[in-house]
Amino acid sequence: MTKPVLQLVNLSISFDTPQGEVEAVRDVSLSLNKGEILALVGESGCGKTVMSQSVLKLLPKTSRIKQGQIIVDGDDITGYKEKQMRKLRGSVLSMVFQDPMTTLNPTIPVGKQITESILKHEKVSKEQARQQAIEMLNLVGINNPEYMFSLQPHFFSGGMRQRCVLAIALASNPKVLFADEATTALDVTVQARMLDLLSDIRHQTGIAIVFISHDLGVVARIADRVAVMYAGKIVEIGTAEEVFYDPRHPYVWGLMSALPSRAREGEALTSIPGMPPIMLDPPRGDAFAVRNQFALEIDYREAPPMFQISPTHSAATWLLDERAPEIMPPILPKRRASA
Amino acid sequence: MSTADILRVDNLKQHFYINKNLTIRAVDGVTFQINQGEVFGLVGETGSGKSTVARTIMGINMATSGEVYFKGRKISEKKIYKQHKKDIHRNMQIIFQDSAAALNPRMTVEQIIAEPLKVNRIIDSKNGLRETLERLLLEVGLDNTFRTKYPPEISGGQRQRVAIARALSTSPDLIIADEPIASLDVSIQAQIVNLFQSLQREHQFSFLFIAHDLSIIKYICDRVAVMLEGRFVEMAATKELFENPLHPYTRSLLSAVPVPDPIYEKSKILLNYDVRSKNTGRMIEVSNEHYVLQ
Repeated sequence: MTKPVLQLVNLSISFDTPQGEVEAVRDVSLSLNKGEILALVGESGCGKTVMSQSVLKLLPKTSRIKQGQIIVDGDDITGYKEKQMRKLRGSVLSMVFQDPMTTLNPTIPVGKQITESILKHEKVSKEQARQQAIEMLNLVGINNPEYMFSLQPHFFSGGMRQRCVLAIALASNPKVLFADEATTALDVTVQARMLDLLSDIRHQTGIAIVFISHDLGVVARIADRVAVMYAGKIVEIGTAEEVFYDPRHPYVWGLMSALPSRAREGEALTSIPGMPPIMLDPPRGDAFAVRNQFALEIDYREAPPMFQISPTHSAATWLLDERAPEIMPPILPKRRASA
Repeated sequence: MSTADILRVDNLKQHFYINKNLTIRAVDGVTFQINQGEVFGLVGETGSGKSTVARTIMGINMATSGEVYFKGRKISEKKIYKQHKKDIHRNMQIIFQDSAAALNPRMTVEQIIAEPLKVNRIIDSKNGLRETLERLLLEVGLDNTFRTKYPPEISGGQRQRVAIARALSTSPDLIIADEPIASLDVSIQAQIVNLFQSLQREHQFSFLFIAHDLSIIKYICDRVAVMLEGRFVEMAATKELFENPLHPYTRSLLSAVPVPDPIYEKSKILLNYDVRSKNTGRMIEVSNEHYVLQ
């Protein structure tokens, strides 16, 4: 078996606020292999961004790693200081954010912003760096890269800007790329092309991608594996096929049936009642219990462990316990005929 | 003109003059009508001019040329707009995408919802106001405890509910919703869409629903128009448009919508449409009520 490039072991992250401790990420474990795309799905505030930023140590000082380990490429980086992290950022770990305009410097030509990243991490001459940057622009599908190299970001459209950001992120051959809602701000047609680009780059370079999104359609297109987060915990993880066609957690059932494309004509959309919990004082048992129509008595007392369904598929719900009563899931997602 | 249509837009143009070399033709000749009690959807990508259409209808920007008729009155003309200002303000309401920006952070929910009632002198008595407030909050699924809260204190979905209550307060004939659910989470989106649908059935207002998410449009709208660079490229009944799209742009848009189905999605082939290709011509009715730009 190959060694995973990224491994989180029982990771918990808290923020200290004047109101008290906010438990943003609670006991998360996962691993990511080379060339794999893992999608992190969840509603806003569920901790998906905090989790990915904690790996790059981009979180503010009020946060702290309460327990657990972050292992990148075999090295435990949990205790790394800023100086050590700087070496990792860009060369091993890289990140693409939602809004390309705030990531890019509006006054500096995009080509220069890419070479900056290359010169920082690699011992190459300026001319070599320029050549590499042009190659990068070519890789992310920008036409006429020699000319585009010297233009400022405002000459580019939203989709093109996001490609430039991707070029910067990939410039020094990182091993893991975090894409935090990287296609959310784009139009559907541009988004679809961007997703295919990410998928192509993965095949070409063997980079592992953590793709954070709230759009299940987008996730279906790109992800090999899917992890669904709720209230700081991973509630279900498995291959895309397992999670989409055979979901086991009631929250995932809720998410799937809330989609308009799953609704039957003339019927109201199924929505999940209530609101996600406030993590200032997380509930003692299963955080989803109060919104869960299948909640068992034990859900209110004790948090469920991860139940293994197949070697790659597991979910945290007491419904999978052998003592749990048999229930019928509300929807049986249909598989479409392939196009 | 039939009396059934509540809003009729005729060859509407909205050009923004930047300098003598550049004029942005945000809306460039758009014609449609919305019937009484109908949900009309407007889809398009960023910059296609769909929000400008809404703003021009509302009178936020005056149209460069073309006509807007609201309940048979030509409101695109300044004189007529001024004459019927009160009636227009009462009967045409808008809901924006970003509820955080649309609601004044220094007013309580109560004040926000009551403002149109007071300004339009619909309800004067204090008791009447309280009753109406309670009814409106209940209708949008909020309870009385929200009355004294400020917008930053409540979640995005709840804020959007307040914005909806405010729009409903004057019992308008037409509600324009500009991307009302785009900034919400999936499970909350479903709640708001259900709310829109039940309110629309109950009050029978006409609805101009602007979105970029085709799956929501498909679910909620009776008729849909697809917009590209300031013009409509296709307009038809929702079912017809989704089952039988004719314009290549509509087809590429439909093919790009991500479907939550991994096996289907990964084998799907995208249709490309070069937006720079010829985008002139006229809307021609190809079959009953199905118009395509040709």
